[in-house]
Amino acid sequence: MTVAALAEVADVSAVEDRHVRLAGVTRVFGRPGTPKSVHALGPIDLDLRRGEFFSVVGPSGCGKSTLLDVLAGLSKPTEGTAEFEGRPIDGVPAGVGVVFQEDASFPWLTVADNVAFGLRRAGVDAAEIARRVDYAVGFMGLKAFAGAYPAQLSGGMRQRVCIARTLVMQPRLILLDEPFGALDQQTRLLMGDELLRLWRETSATVLLITHALDEAAMLSDRVGVMSARPGVFIDVVETGWEVERDSRIVSHHRFGDITGRLWEKLRTESLKHLRDG
Amino acid sequence: MKSVLGPAAVLAVLLLAWEVLHLAVANTGLPSPLATLMQLVVLLGEAEFWAHASQTAQAFAAAVVLSTVGGIALGILLGMNRTAGTVSEPILVNLYSLPKVTLYPVVLLIFGLGISARIAFGIMHGMIPLTLFTMNAILQMKPVYRRSAAVMGLTPWQTSVSVVLPAILPEVITGARLGVSLCLLGVLIGEMFASRNGLGYMVMHAMERGDMPTVLAVALLLAIVALLVNAALLALDRAWRH
Repeated sequence: MTVAALAEVADVSAVEDRHVRLAGVTRVFGRPGTPKSVHALGPIDLDLRRGEFFSVVGPSGCGKSTLLDVLAGLSKPTEGTAEFEGRPIDGVPAGVGVVFQEDASFPWLTVADNVAFGLRRAGVDAAEIARRVDYAVGFMGLKAFAGAYPAQLSGGMRQRVCIARTLVMQPRLILLDEPFGALDQQTRLLMGDELLRLWRETSATVLLITHALDEAAMLSDRVGVMSARPGVFIDVVETGWEVERDSRIVSHHRFGDITGRLWEKLRTESLKHLRDG
Repeated sequence: MKSVLGPAAVLAVLLLAWEVLHLAVANTGLPSPLATLMQLVVLLGEAEFWAHASQTAQAFAAAVVLSTVGGIALGILLGMNRTAGTVSEPILVNLYSLPKVTLYPVVLLIFGLGISARIAFGIMHGMIPLTLFTMNAILQMKPVYRRSAAVMGLTPWQTSVSVVLPAILPEVITGARLGVSLCLLGVLIGEMFASRNGLGYMVMHAMERGDMPTVLAVALLLAIVALLVNAALLALDRAWRH
């Protein structure tokens, strides 16, 4: 095999390794060029490696959620291309699961029925549904509440239901939009542990949108820092954590360094947002 | 015990007020509760009464089914499509506040003198509030429910049936409670004019003869039916909210 051929092989594996690819993704609301149009996002260039944990932090209103909508196929980019597993994202791609910030559990269904919901609509056979739901409910520590309704659960528990509902679909890319934003600090740290456990277990690619710098620093392989609107990446920080990690790394000396670096980048951007309203 | 005592006290006060009113206006205009109840027992034994009641029941049932199905379907359609909803809401609100009895001649010309005119008139009364309730419930539904449905790959039809409908059901039941009683009103008004049968006709006919005990007996019966239907829907509402 020649050197050139070898290089080609390496290239192909690099392409396969690129699970998500955003090239020049821009999102403008309203007709571009008109005074009422809002340039919300981009241009964004981002490659996510298969199986990596990537977090996005940025000032409020920087287009983080718009970025997630583009990846989830809920919003089309005005310009640029978004690809998942080598195919352009057009509509909601199969293999992508989303956990939203707001409580999305259905109050009219029990925990078990909530978790089974997507599988039932997808026409998966009953035995397989039972097996997967049982596993996801157990994994998220909801076994004792399988027959309960969301109204009987705390906010943290309801968010676990939503995560379990995404987990049973066996997504290869999990998008999370500030999923722990409404929870208290302790619960958030523990939910972070759950998320890491889930990430290792499923070996899915995870994109987490958060406003909590410590959360991003603790959970991620890489953290993308976004600017004020229109949001673009101004820095991508490699954390260098081991795959086996949990919330106890907050006492690691590097945790402070990473959080510090994130804040340094974000401080000016947040000030801009504060000044512009 | 307490739950029985309350309504019983209300009933006793109502009967007492009725009796007092009966004594105050002299007995020909307003028969006493006892006379009314006795007349009702007599009516219940007559085949002719049951023929009228069955006419009303048929028209009422048809109006309820059609206005419920139509109201929910139209409400979902208008609620899911923002433009259609924005355009039609003021139209529906104005139609709702219109005294529909003024349009009854038009209904009669279109549907003729039979039962279908009364069914149509019942639907005209019952369907609009249900449509408005359904539509507003969808507009106020948490957007995250529809987003969740979208990311789980549900078709618009699956989203309507398995997410939107259960999410708005409490409001729909409230709308249906209002709609059902208005359907009954519409059907009865329909029967009062240009009709030869039904309880509405029976009331008008009895009034012409000065047979006030029959008028009141039928009114009492209708009130009881309306209250029972309302209670049943209320129970359904409570059961769902749990």
